[in-house]
Amino acid sequence: MNSVILQLAAKYLRWLLISFAVLALLRGHNNPGGGFIGGLMAGLAIVYKGFAFNAFQVKEKLLKRPERYMGLGLFLILLSFIPSVFAGKPLMTGIWITVPVPFFSGIKLGTPFLFDIGVFFTVIGVTLLFVFSLTQKK
Amino acid sequence: MVYILLVFLSASLLIFILPGWLKKQKAILLSFVQFAAFIYFLSHVSEITSYHSKSIFIEWIPQLGLNLEFMLDGLSMVFALLVTGIGALVFLYAKDYMKSYAGTDKFFFYLMLFSGAMLGLVLSGNLIQLFIFWELTSFISFFLISFFHEKESARKAAFQSLYITGFGGLSMLAGIVLLGSVVDSYSFSDWLSNANAIKESNLYLPGLLLILAGIFTKSAQFPFHFWLPGAMQAPAPVSSYLHSATMVKAGIFLLARLSPVLGGTPEWTYIISLTGVLTMLTGSYFAITQTDLKGILAFTTINALGVLVLLLGINTTESIKAAMLFLFIHAFYKATLFMVAGLIEKKTGTRELRQLGGLIKYMPLTFVIAFLALLSMAGLPPLLGFLGKELIYEAKVQSPGIASMILILGVTSNIFMVAVSLYFARKVFLGKPGNFPKQPNERGAAFLIGPGVLALLSLVLGLSPGKLGSAVIKPALSAVLGEVAEVKLKIWHGFNQVFFLSMLTIILGFLLYVAMLKKDKLLIYWKKINDVVFAVQLDEVFAWVMDKFVAVSKLKTKTVQHGYHRLYILTIIVFTSLLLWFQVFVTRSWNFDIPFTLRPFYISGLALVIILASAVSAVSRSRIVTIISMGVAGYGISLIFLYYSAVDLAITQILVETLTLVMFMAILQKLPRFAVLSSKKTRLRDFLIALGFGSVMTILALKAVNVNLNRSISDFYLENSYLKAFGENVVNVILVDFRALDTLGEVTVLTIAAVGVYLLLSKPKSRKL
Amino acid sequence: MEIILAIVVGLLYTVGVYLLLRRSILKFIIGLIFMSNATNLLVFLSAGLVPGSPAFVQAGSGSSAPLADPLPQALVLTAIVIGLGIVVFTLALKYKFFETTGTDDLDQLKKTDN
Repeated sequence: MNSVILQLAAKYLRWLLISFAVLALLRGHNNPGGGFIGGLMAGLAIVYKGFAFNAFQVKEKLLKRPERYMGLGLFLILLSFIPSVFAGKPLMTGIWITVPVPFFSGIKLGTPFLFDIGVFFTVIGVTLLFVFSLTQKK
Repeated sequence: MVYILLVFLSASLLIFILPGWLKKQKAILLSFVQFAAFIYFLSHVSEITSYHSKSIFIEWIPQLGLNLEFMLDGLSMVFALLVTGIGALVFLYAKDYMKSYAGTDKFFFYLMLFSGAMLGLVLSGNLIQLFIFWELTSFISFFLISFFHEKESARKAAFQSLYITGFGGLSMLAGIVLLGSVVDSYSFSDWLSNANAIKESNLYLPGLLLILAGIFTKSAQFPFHFWLPGAMQAPAPVSSYLHSATMVKAGIFLLARLSPVLGGTPEWTYIISLTGVLTMLTGSYFAITQTDLKGILAFTTINALGVLVLLLGINTTESIKAAMLFLFIHAFYKATLFMVAGLIEKKTGTRELRQLGGLIKYMPLTFVIAFLALLSMAGLPPLLGFLGKELIYEAKVQSPGIASMILILGVTSNIFMVAVSLYFARKVFLGKPGNFPKQPNERGAAFLIGPGVLALLSLVLGLSPGKLGSAVIKPALSAVLGEVAEVKLKIWHGFNQVFFLSMLTIILGFLLYVAMLKKDKLLIYWKKINDVVFAVQLDEVFAWVMDKFVAVSKLKTKTVQHGYHRLYILTIIVFTSLLLWFQVFVTRSWNFDIPFTLRPFYISGLALVIILASAVSAVSRSRIVTIISMGVAGYGISLIFLYYSAVDLAITQILVETLTLVMFMAILQKLPRFAVLSSKKTRLRDFLIALGFGSVMTILALKAVNVNLNRSISDFYLENSYLKAFGENVVNVILVDFRALDTLGEVTVLTIAAVGVYLLLSKPKSRKL
Repeated sequence: MEIILAIVVGLLYTVGVYLLLRRSILKFIIGLIFMSNATNLLVFLSAGLVPGSPAFVQAGSGSSAPLADPLPQALVLTAIVIGLGIVVFTLALKYKFFETTGTDDLDQLKKTDN
């Protein structure tokens, strides 16, 4: 596919889509969204660029090895389990802290959020690996 | 008691790691272990008086009613003494016997393991545990019969015995479970205290028959007896230990063990006595025409097993007393004779009766030993065998019901036994020297200790049986009867009916022997008649059945495993539909209180779009149209999710649908077009099956809607989502907090799938799947 | 509405099974997707339909208002994503199969193991 419009659109829309995906991830705990949705969105955004240009090219430049995203994601998930152990609670218990931010009542951060971020990255990696494997040129 | 089993197990394993100089003496060492165990049991004989028993209870899987229970009562004592005592002698004998063969480590390992399993069997107080040891002995017997596995006949015999005893063992397990369900326990003591409940239950007869199948196969009863002559392929120590003295008696043991629980009913008496009589007759009848030494002994063993089963079937005090005594008698003389037969084969190179003769010149001591054993087998005074025969006759005379028939058959079979014993002694040891392949001698003391000791015991105990009766037989009898019984054994009973029967047996037996000796033709004719009358050999029938079984299995596999993927799916779907339709039919009376409405119309419209898109997807010939209409259906479903308050779901569905479409499009250009592969008829059939399944799923969905689900879990999540997990989006909170473990599993599955796809597609083309 | 959706479920199953029984592998995979969609909808439907009140609770309190049941939604969400994994994996398998054998016919699967 060599459409100039598509390529131009992909260049800018991609970042818009990725920002949107991150937004979906961040607000997921209280509003529609979350790791799965965000991850799929971000993955599709990158795939979009891949289709506009050339899947192989994108893989080289932007994401050398999508499986690293999966690794990072699974690592974050694992990381989110650890605090509960130090807090002396059963494994995977959610631990929350409140970060004071001026003008707001404070932002709550917790291990489930970290877990969600892990899911986000894993899903991106999975999506990219799926698409790139299937569209690979021999 | 448990330690002895552990010692046996470790001793059997130890064989492999012994240093070289000790390894040469392994038979002696193991024999010593056996002897020590024998002394241990002997030292406890006085404790196990009458009804008293020792028991040990170890919890294993109490939830399933499986516990390790060991009990040592009079009955176990009899068998424990036989197993360890004869074991010690057999190991000693095997030392010389096995010298010339390779793989003796393995042989002694199996033999030791066997005696451990056999001990475990007779000491078991739990029937499931007993079954485990029971099967263990069958398996080890398989390995021992096939010890000379280079010979095809040995392999065949080993498999035959494994199939038969294995089949019996499994049906016995079924019987144990069946009867165990009546009293809700597998512990023998529980069975004993609920004996009447078991006997009155509906499951009594099937349970009894199943257990008897196990007993009869193990103890080579008619019509399963034919595996025992086959098992003579094993080395002589095995024949003498497993196939005459101990393993085949396991069935007798279980019969005696269960007789206070299951015995006393007409079913018990008739089934068991009849089987015993038939076996007894079969054994002695066919023993006469055998020309192979071990063959003769195998059939006389069958005869003895039949006698034992018959005695337990008669189930009177007298008969059980006779059975317990006969157990010893038979073990003594038969183990001796097997060892002698092995010795003769070793020394002369043959065990064919026709090639033997005059051995008394070369092996005088062997002759004495064998002669004593043969006299005991024939039941002549003053040996223990005579005592046993007297008791057996007495039991038969007093047996209720069918006494006269049993008596006539019993006397007939004993006449055969007398003739066979005398014929054996005459043909092997007396007369002209045969043409032996090897020049015989009598070197090797270890060869003679085993049979010598046993033969002497037959004689000594025959002369003064009092101690044996009061110390060993009495507790055993009491254990079987469930009440204290007196046992006084003496050799002279006075001139009574039994004595005259004995005399008659001996005289007729002697006459038969003379006839056999004088007229060689007699035996040949006899054999010919047998070949005609018993043209159908049971082992051939068995082989035929096994062949057919395999053939049917092959046919079945070919039919069921046809290799057509869609037909497998078809089978699954059709079967599932039928089950679901059946369930719908069974629960057909239900109230449906949801009104039919088309409102809101845009959802009805959406439903119509989904239906149309799906239909198009199913029938379209174009790949692009199929995939796009599939996408339309998927997006339609996501809108339904959206309308009915499942926002996250809708977004996910849209994204996944998009990704799926992208991937289909990506791969489509590399794949061939749809071809028309099925005929119209096939498609119609598939459509009808699909419609059947779909419509039942519609009914299922309606019923599911109608069910008032218990929402307590959902309510918990709704209530605690913010309070405990600080999240307003409950679905997300469930995914990342409440059920994070499930999500972890899901993400892991996705990762594995991704890696799988990557590996599948990135490997070079040359590597085939 | 439940009745109409139940019919939709049944129809999705019908299409799914019909496609599963085709010899073409591509159709088989599409059938798989229909089956998975149908099952998702069935689970969703059986929890009861609640229009217009998604399972969002107010900050700072537990809510007792009649909200949609979040549990089946979470289940179906998981199922959708897993379904994607399955479909892509079968797709990859199918592609490899075609590459190796050069056919799309499932009946040919029979012969490939010798």
